[in-house]
Amino acid sequence: MAKAKSQKLAEELTYEEALVELEGIVAALEEGENPLEEAIQLFERGQALVKRCGALLESAQLKVQKLVGETLEDFEEESE
Amino acid sequence: MQTELFPRALTVSQLTLRIRKLLEDNPEMQDARVSGEISNLSRPASGHIYFTLKDKGASLRCVMWRSDAQRTRPVLQEGAAVEARGKIVVYEPQGQYQLVANWIRPQGEGALFQEFLRLKSALEAEGLFDAESKREIPEFPKVIGVVTSATGAALRDMLNTIRRRQPLTRVILAASPVQGADAPPALVNALEALNRQKPDLILIARGGGSLEDLWAFNDERVVRAVAASSAPTISGVGHETDFTLTDFVADLRAATPTAAAELATAVSRDDLQAELTHQSSRLVDLTASRISDSRNLLAALTARLRYYSPARRVQLENQRLDEMTRRVASALTHRIQLQAFRVDGLSKRLGALNPENVLARGYAVVTRVADGKLVRNAEQAQGALRVRVRDGEFEVERVS
Repeated sequence: MAKAKSQKLAEELTYEEALVELEGIVAALEEGENPLEEAIQLFERGQALVKRCGALLESAQLKVQKLVGETLEDFEEESE
Repeated sequence: MQTELFPRALTVSQLTLRIRKLLEDNPEMQDARVSGEISNLSRPASGHIYFTLKDKGASLRCVMWRSDAQRTRPVLQEGAAVEARGKIVVYEPQGQYQLVANWIRPQGEGALFQEFLRLKSALEAEGLFDAESKREIPEFPKVIGVVTSATGAALRDMLNTIRRRQPLTRVILAASPVQGADAPPALVNALEALNRQKPDLILIARGGGSLEDLWAFNDERVVRAVAASSAPTISGVGHETDFTLTDFVADLRAATPTAAAELATAVSRDDLQAELTHQSSRLVDLTASRISDSRNLLAALTARLRYYSPARRVQLENQRLDEMTRRVASALTHRIQLQAFRVDGLSKRLGALNPENVLARGYAVVTRVADGKLVRNAEQAQGALRVRVRDGEFEVERVS
């Protein structure tokens, strides 16, 4: 697996991006072709991605928007 | 005191009250269903709807209050045959009775159903409902579009379901009336506007209702708009038993709005959590085994390196040298011993040949004094003879 040239900080990734990268890292480690030093780096990156995903899952709040014409507005649900 | 010959006359109010009570105590009058033709239709700004239902022989004044009108959005037309449901009340100031309708629908459900079947087979023939044209529903849509009424329970149910199952997603609501004459064009607009936002998936839904309530979802314009949607669609219209043409054309049909929201969130947060845990432990396991593999490899290489190292060679040579030395030493010792044995043997043999030994056994050596020659026979024994014995010699003379 080629390492991304300009790697974003894990904290800046969306859940999807982080998960896709994490899966790539696990696949690369499964191949076992990379040098040990790189494997350790991949592991550390993977740990950061796991942390990022976990935090996003934990804190996720459904965002609801209302389409008014062609613009999106925050949608206030009626409280029961 | 005069007894009244005639019962005392009731006042108009009293009589009207009695009539009112008669009607209001009668269950049949309080849940009346009546069919007729609409006339004198009036829809003032107040939002109440006034009309008269009539047939050949009679007419009935009717009103539908604003709240019911807004809730049920009846499709009303002058001259249309409708069925109305409600209660008979008396309007005392004018001495009139009227029907307060809470529900009006076009008469002849049979006709409506015939229209449904006609449109269904036409659209079916066009291939709009083909199974092959159904698109796959994404398992984890990032943006879910929702077309429904902004105020209905359907929206609340769907949002609650999505929030509970998959709060990582984003919902865009394109609100639209879901029944009445305005509903079809509004639903079409909502679908089109929503598609311009490029959601991963669109839910089109409304809660349960009568066939008329759900009619907008059988409207050809709506069905075609669902078919034309760029985003895959899930329909959730009415209850389990309700089927609308929208259900047939959607990529996936859910029985209810809640079920639609569940199908839209096939991968829930819990699933993601489980997957993350799995990936995380794979990551740790793979790295741990990678490190232990590397450690083993290193150990193996160290062993091989040691095997081929000059130190080992030197050691080996030393060992060989020692071995040679030992073998040489051992061979020498052997030979020396061998020689010692031989010398010993020779010495013994030599000893046996030593004349001294013969003398020791009592023999004597006789030589002639004159010439020193050994006397080996009697003839040689002449003149003076020297006799040598073990411990010395002496001279003798032959006398015979």
